[in-house]
Amino acid sequence: MLAFILKRLGQSILVMLAVAFISFMMFRYVGDPVASMVSQEATIADQELLRDRLGLNDPFYEQFFRFLGNAVQGQFGISYRLQTPVADLILSRLPATIELAFTSSAIALILGIVLGVFTALNPKNWASAAIMAFSLVGVSLPTFLIGIGLIYIFAVELQWLPSFGRGQVVNLGFWTTGFLTESGIRSIILPAITLSLFQMTLIMRLVRAEMLEVLRQDYIKFARARGLSKRAINFGHALKNTLVPVITITGLQLGSVIAFAIITETVFQWPGVGSLFINSVAVVDVPVMSAYLMFIAFVFVVINLIVDILYYIVDPRLRIGGPARGN
Amino acid sequence: MTQPLLSVRDLSVVFHLRRGDFTAVNSISFDIMPGEVLGVVGESGAGKSMTGTAIMGLVDRPGEVTAREILLKGERIDGLGEEAMRKIRGKRIGMVFQDPLTSLNPLYTVGEQLIETIRRHLPLSAAQARQRAIDLLADAGIPKPEERIDSYPHQFSGGMRQRVVISLALAAEPELVIADEPTSALDVSVQAQIIKVLKRLCAERGVAVMLITHDMGVIAEAADRMIVMNKGEIVETGSVADIILRPKEPYTIKLIEAIPSIKAQNPRFAAATARGEGFAADNIDTPLVSVENLVREFDLSPSMLARITGRNRKIVKAVNDVSFVIRKGQTYGLVGESGSGKSTCARMMVGLLEPTSGTVRLEGTDIWRDRNASAKRRSKIQMIFQDPYASLNPRWRVGAIIAEPMRALGISHNATEIGDRVADLLEKVRLDPAAMRKYPHEFSGGQRQRIAIARALSSQPEFIICDEPTSALDVSVQAQVLELMSQLQEEFGLTYLLISHNLAVIRQMADAVGVLHNGVLVEDGPVEDIFGAPQADYTRMLLDAVPDIAKVA
Amino acid sequence: MSELSAQAPRGPIGKIIDSDIFYSYRTSPVAIVASIVAVVLILAAVLAPWIAPYDPFNPRTLNLMDGFTKPMSESFSGNYFLMGADHQGRDVFSTILHGSRVSLFVGLSATLFSMTLGVGLGLVAGYRGGLADAVIMRVADVQLSFPAILIALLIFGVARGLIPPSQQENTALIVLVLAIGLANWAQFARTVRGATMVERQKDYVSAARIMGVNPFFILIRHILPNVVGPVLVIATIGLALAIIEEATLSYLGVGVPPTQPSLGTLIRIGQQFLFSGEWWILFFPGITLILLALSVNLLGDWLRDALNPRLR
Repeated sequence: MLAFILKRLGQSILVMLAVAFISFMMFRYVGDPVASMVSQEATIADQELLRDRLGLNDPFYEQFFRFLGNAVQGQFGISYRLQTPVADLILSRLPATIELAFTSSAIALILGIVLGVFTALNPKNWASAAIMAFSLVGVSLPTFLIGIGLIYIFAVELQWLPSFGRGQVVNLGFWTTGFLTESGIRSIILPAITLSLFQMTLIMRLVRAEMLEVLRQDYIKFARARGLSKRAINFGHALKNTLVPVITITGLQLGSVIAFAIITETVFQWPGVGSLFINSVAVVDVPVMSAYLMFIAFVFVVINLIVDILYYIVDPRLRIGGPARGN
Repeated sequence: MTQPLLSVRDLSVVFHLRRGDFTAVNSISFDIMPGEVLGVVGESGAGKSMTGTAIMGLVDRPGEVTAREILLKGERIDGLGEEAMRKIRGKRIGMVFQDPLTSLNPLYTVGEQLIETIRRHLPLSAAQARQRAIDLLADAGIPKPEERIDSYPHQFSGGMRQRVVISLALAAEPELVIADEPTSALDVSVQAQIIKVLKRLCAERGVAVMLITHDMGVIAEAADRMIVMNKGEIVETGSVADIILRPKEPYTIKLIEAIPSIKAQNPRFAAATARGEGFAADNIDTPLVSVENLVREFDLSPSMLARITGRNRKIVKAVNDVSFVIRKGQTYGLVGESGSGKSTCARMMVGLLEPTSGTVRLEGTDIWRDRNASAKRRSKIQMIFQDPYASLNPRWRVGAIIAEPMRALGISHNATEIGDRVADLLEKVRLDPAAMRKYPHEFSGGQRQRIAIARALSSQPEFIICDEPTSALDVSVQAQVLELMSQLQEEFGLTYLLISHNLAVIRQMADAVGVLHNGVLVEDGPVEDIFGAPQADYTRMLLDAVPDIAKVA
Repeated sequence: MSELSAQAPRGPIGKIIDSDIFYSYRTSPVAIVASIVAVVLILAAVLAPWIAPYDPFNPRTLNLMDGFTKPMSESFSGNYFLMGADHQGRDVFSTILHGSRVSLFVGLSATLFSMTLGVGLGLVAGYRGGLADAVIMRVADVQLSFPAILIALLIFGVARGLIPPSQQENTALIVLVLAIGLANWAQFARTVRGATMVERQKDYVSAARIMGVNPFFILIRHILPNVVGPVLVIATIGLALAIIEEATLSYLGVGVPPTQPSLGTLIRIGQQFLFSGEWWILFFPGITLILLALSVNLLGDWLRDALNPRLR
């Protein structure tokens, strides 16, 4: 078990290093860090002096290691646009994104699995056909249109829910939460539904496909031939085997919710990391872009690690070796 | 006369397909008596598996089952609802499937699956059910059942897993077990044990067995009575001895004639002895192919790290110091069970896999190390594969498939010349030359194997490696393909390396034989020496284990 | 079964009509409707310069007084606007025709690009195995775990930082195609690699290797034709995705330049007027985008089922 986790951890570090390298290349070579820091009147000599002071004339690998060292300590430089440390910017906006991602993941996961299992077990049912049709519409609808549509119906026409922002938030010192106020909870409903819809349809279709595949397997036929009850076959045997592959892809999907939030945050003017990123891309604020990339990669790596460990726990074939010899 | 345990009347299974109905089983009727073993034999598409599945009520759409009646001890069980059927499945009729690898749920221990079944059908406590599960495993011949009950299926070998499957089928003391090809996925030596276990367990409990198989040898050894099926219908019913020794229907006669027996002498040896000459295999000619100390290792180390540091390194010798010679114009048979290294040998001899050490010589040239050896190898060696569905590119026309070696080896680039050659080759393998314009999916398995043979012949090779050329085919088709191979050998003076797990086929076809076991050549010599007076223990065990129609009581 | 297939009609057209895939098409009303909708939308987009009633990008023909004309009504200057006019007095119907043209161009080019890249890398990874496989698939795996839109945004941002501002307008479409294309190659690579590994194990490839056929020919002539099915499915669904991604980028304001508005740009513009009641500026481009993406997606979904031998 320990060896397995260590191996995965090693792989994760490699991925992080590769992403850090891309971030560094962006940070260093996209745009000119000096040009964005000095005033218009600065002379070439002034610029050269700054270049030296920032270490931009040092050898490539030295710069990369300095970048890595800073990154590990959470320092990603200063935003060109806002002139504040990038780390502070991201940290201040993180709670909004995490709360949104968490809420929509929960919706996507619960509904996705329930609907996926239902449609797989009742393939000829009219409700399944309706759900499948709805799911296709779901993947075909651009997220931003869903958001606009929901705003139009629930905020403009019915005026039930707010159309933008987080509502009132409570500051807990290290965290600002919208879960503790009524306006905060009302504010999160529309963005969370918007963000979850795409993931939900994906998870649902995946669960359905995997479950149909499992139901075709010989051990299901054999379970039927043993006279087991429908319940035991569907939920004891089929569902458990379905979840093994579903865990991986679902885990990664949930990881991508945070990045996917970019669009939802823009539509609902949600003050999260995603809208920070999109504003940075528009004006090529490279330090924010590269820090955001590292942040997303970190989330991905952590989730991946959790998924691997879950997989290891669920599937005995990984946990326990096979027979010493073949037949 | 006693009441039959199972009585089937006018059972039909029809599949409603796009191009009309396909009748898999056509109005068949038969009885199974209490405690008897009824063999159901037939070639692929005979409807034998479908019969078993239909009795269990497990036929899925678009299949439709109709029957006048199916009686289990006089009670009707056809047309019962799903819930009522669940009380019969497992409880009164148990079932064993072909592939033990896929019959068990990989995520549950065998104990969990056994206890689940037992408690579903019998009023036992968890502890009692567990004890019963242990007893069942012990009865099925699984050593240390108290420990093994908590193992997962992947921790068992194929044979042991099939024993678990049999325990599961017997878990709730059924009156009948339907065993659908229970040994077809297993090696010969394991196969014999599993049949014994199944037969013993059922005899002890007085359970009747419906044994469905394509292998007449298995029936001959295990069954009391048998049914021969063909194209969804019952051709002949009777006692096993009657049918095998005195078949009445033309189909059965043809079928039994086509089955090679391990007890039958090699026809060429027999002919030579009759003429009072020495057998060809004894002649000392210069060998066409010689294999010297061939070794192939595979690195199965768990990780890259282990390979580099050398810790936990796991190197398997798939082929271990194998040497033999093949004389010109003869057939050398290589026998072995799965994992014995016979296919690895073939791949090294044909140039697909580089040996770790040792040499393969073709007319004295080392095909791996000598200069220009690959050109020689390509023009003189060809191969015929096991699966005729995977060995022909489905997107190519038959003409292009057969012409490929001519084009690849630069034998001819002239389209008309190639067309003529292809037509000629198709006639040689007894196919209509018009076949060249069709695609492989328009042909049956046997016809495809003929196309594969035509492709192998098209570069005019001297030496053809045949890797299990008939094991994917029905026996009657197998007989035709083997016959064709013999005729072509005569006509073109071909040399064959025939690889097979089927000892009867090897005895019929080969002049000399090598027996491979775990990568080691345990025995090697003229065919009748090996079959008549085997020296190695392994060969003797193998010969004893083979189910054969000659063993009919 | 052979007696049944013997009735199959002869001739190439007969074979197509009789084929399983055409049968599946004929019996699927969804596929028929989706293909008709897709063909109409694509034709309308391609023919936009000839069938659009107005030229929405010619400032001389625009009249600001026509702004916010309601759908199916005559404007201040006497023009008839089927889908109304936007704030600048442009005919919404005409801007949609031109906008779909841009959306489709970017979507198709990006899909073609990602398909070529992904199929090529997938074939190499699947056939060669070893290090090439490990590197290609590792990159694909990492990339697949990020949403394509994020990758496209990053590539777009980097390109914007590298290209001098004076050139940005001219290169915007190319950058967009590259960004979306690079964001979507991994799906192709993964599928093709899987299929290639299956095919490589098959004996017809061994047979070709025995004859000494060169690996490039084996890949192109033997393996490629056998992996076309899944590639087609992914390409169809990928086209829908690329169209949505383009619309999303343009909606976010980082896509096509304002001089060549795509459907996403039109929606972005329309959203500003949603709260004041001018719904048609948003509604019609939105519906067009949904119809386009949905019809292509439905076709892809149908194709996947039709090509899946198990479901036949």
